[in-house]
Amino acid sequence: MSKRLWGSIGFLVVVALLVGACAPPATPEPTEPPVDEEIADDELPVRAAFVYISPPGDLGWTYEHDRGRLMLEAELGALVETAYMEDVGDGPDAARVVRQYAQEGWDVIFTTSFGYMEPTYEVAEEFPDVRFEHCSGYMTRENMSTYFGRIYQPRYLSGIVAGGMTEENLIGYVAAFPIPEVIRGINAFTLGVRSVNPDAEVRVVWTNTWYGPVLEREAAEALLDQGADIIAQHQDTTEPQKAAEERGMLSIGYNSDMRQFVGDSVLTSPQWNWGTYYIDTVRDIIDGTWRTSQFWGDLESGVVMLAEMSPLVPDELRQQVETERERILNTDWDVFCGPINDQDGNEAVADGVCLSDEEMLNMDWFVEGVIGEPG
Amino acid sequence: MSVPLLTSLLSITARAGTSLLYATLGEIYAERSGILNLGVEGMMMLGAVSAFAVAFHTGSLVLAVVTALLVGTALAAVHAFLSVSLRANQVVSGLTITLFGTGLASFLGQRLGPGGTRLVGLVGPALDRLPIPYLSNLPVIGPSLFHQDLLTYGLYAGVPFAAWYLYKTRAGLYLRAVGENPETADAMGIRVGVTRYLYTMLGGALAGLGGAHLSLAYTRGWTENITGGRGWIAVALVIFAMWDPLRAVIGAGLFGGINAVQFRMQAAGTTVPAALLNMFPYVATIVVLVAITWWETLRKRVGAPAALAIPYAREEKG
Repeated sequence: MSKRLWGSIGFLVVVALLVGACAPPATPEPTEPPVDEEIADDELPVRAAFVYISPPGDLGWTYEHDRGRLMLEAELGALVETAYMEDVGDGPDAARVVRQYAQEGWDVIFTTSFGYMEPTYEVAEEFPDVRFEHCSGYMTRENMSTYFGRIYQPRYLSGIVAGGMTEENLIGYVAAFPIPEVIRGINAFTLGVRSVNPDAEVRVVWTNTWYGPVLEREAAEALLDQGADIIAQHQDTTEPQKAAEERGMLSIGYNSDMRQFVGDSVLTSPQWNWGTYYIDTVRDIIDGTWRTSQFWGDLESGVVMLAEMSPLVPDELRQQVETERERILNTDWDVFCGPINDQDGNEAVADGVCLSDEEMLNMDWFVEGVIGEPG
Repeated sequence: MSVPLLTSLLSITARAGTSLLYATLGEIYAERSGILNLGVEGMMMLGAVSAFAVAFHTGSLVLAVVTALLVGTALAAVHAFLSVSLRANQVVSGLTITLFGTGLASFLGQRLGPGGTRLVGLVGPALDRLPIPYLSNLPVIGPSLFHQDLLTYGLYAGVPFAAWYLYKTRAGLYLRAVGENPETADAMGIRVGVTRYLYTMLGGALAGLGGAHLSLAYTRGWTENITGGRGWIAVALVIFAMWDPLRAVIGAGLFGGINAVQFRMQAAGTTVPAALLNMFPYVATIVVLVAITWWETLRKRVGAPAALAIPYAREEKG
């Protein structure tokens, strides 16, 4: 490389450093809450963009978000216009996609992966007039809300089904990562199992991936080989269900109503139902009542639900599930109300005490009946 | 280790390793001819989606397998054209094949279902396990190795054949000569270009077959990203196996079976640092890579193709 070229590169570096040093310190612009007045008719439709971590074809997590988007379109018709970008990786990719939607002037951007939290926040700072809705995180701003659902409630109900149906008293649970969200689900499920069958145990295998068809299947097969006759899961695909079905065993799905994809061996599935939230959110925008919020929807809100049960589930068990559903809906009782013992048999939640949301969101221990390591 | 556990581990390893071993064998053929094909992941993915789509619509598994072979071959032919005829950079061309293959597979997966709908979640005909009479009654290896599907059995013949072909036949000698020293091979009258084309395409066909095993037998049906990086593992495996089909069997068992083993240990209540265990095959690959780079005798002995990834042109002196 010639001397002149090196010289000019050096010069450019020096200039770049000087310019960088002289740039004014980034002062946060005064943030005003986004102007939220009722949208005039000529400003309609409200434009809602969605960012997905996987393709809607996963039949799981993203499939449900996209079903919610379609419900939104069906419900509000000409009042709303939607778009989505699929298969967007966490991190810088997400920031790029979210920023692009913001620049194109979309009114609200739903980002549907935990890993999008920081990118969404970063872009939300740059575009105070755009509303951001992030699923499953905890960061909020004047123009950024967070939303999620108490899936542990339907998980508890699905545990009752599994506990009543297992003959080996061993249920396998294919789990993604040892984080509070997943641990909470395993615990709620196990509490459900043991409420009807105190002898049953739930054995956990971690796959360390959200989306891994082959790994999810291998984990399920390992549990089946270990003698489990029902497979539950916290993953993104139907593979654990298919593995159980092929062995003539039963399973509990997750995310979507997996029975419609795999068959009646899927007894039921704790299921997401984002449509109601998406419709409410866009309605709020139309009415000018949208405010930043932290939404953790329960069974009553309809964001989480238990999918229709398989014909294999006997009436008596359905009745038990119904009774518990009523108890969650109509009383102060919730899944994590004591007495609850931890994995070693020590009292973790005393009788009459219920865990706070904070405690549930930081859960890092297993309840009695779970076999496995919480991390 | 108890007998049932050993049986179950052998069985799952054979099953999990099949797709990997097909892809690895294919890549060994290609690399032995001097062509590095990083497109394995893409060829497997496209093989998987096309095999399942054909099986679903025609109900014929034979047709499904043939389609996967053809699709893999076609994609590899593109790579051969770029790297042999156009003498393009093989790394870039291979990466392109992977990006193209995975993208196209995902696209097709959303449209090849009935009436242009998605393929995901559909149930089609599958390659069932076919116990071999008598052999499947043997203790341990009977219910594990001889209670598999036809594609796995295909390897029981395909691997020894590859080893015999490479080392004991004239055609195998020519193949290795082309990968080792194309100038000399050319001077001997071997058609370097044609040879490279043929084995690259054979490699593609086998990668397609590996993909077909995934969607027809192992994880029946089509799922997005069904291979989950197995094509890349195959590329690493070739190095780990030092371009030898028999060593590739050990590698495929190790790489393919490691998760199955790890999950079984978890399910049995043994705590193993999963991350560490998962790292093992790659660490082993790096060790082999370092060894063959530094230790020339070893490189010569195993016959690492010296002309790997180097385009050949008759008039240029190497």
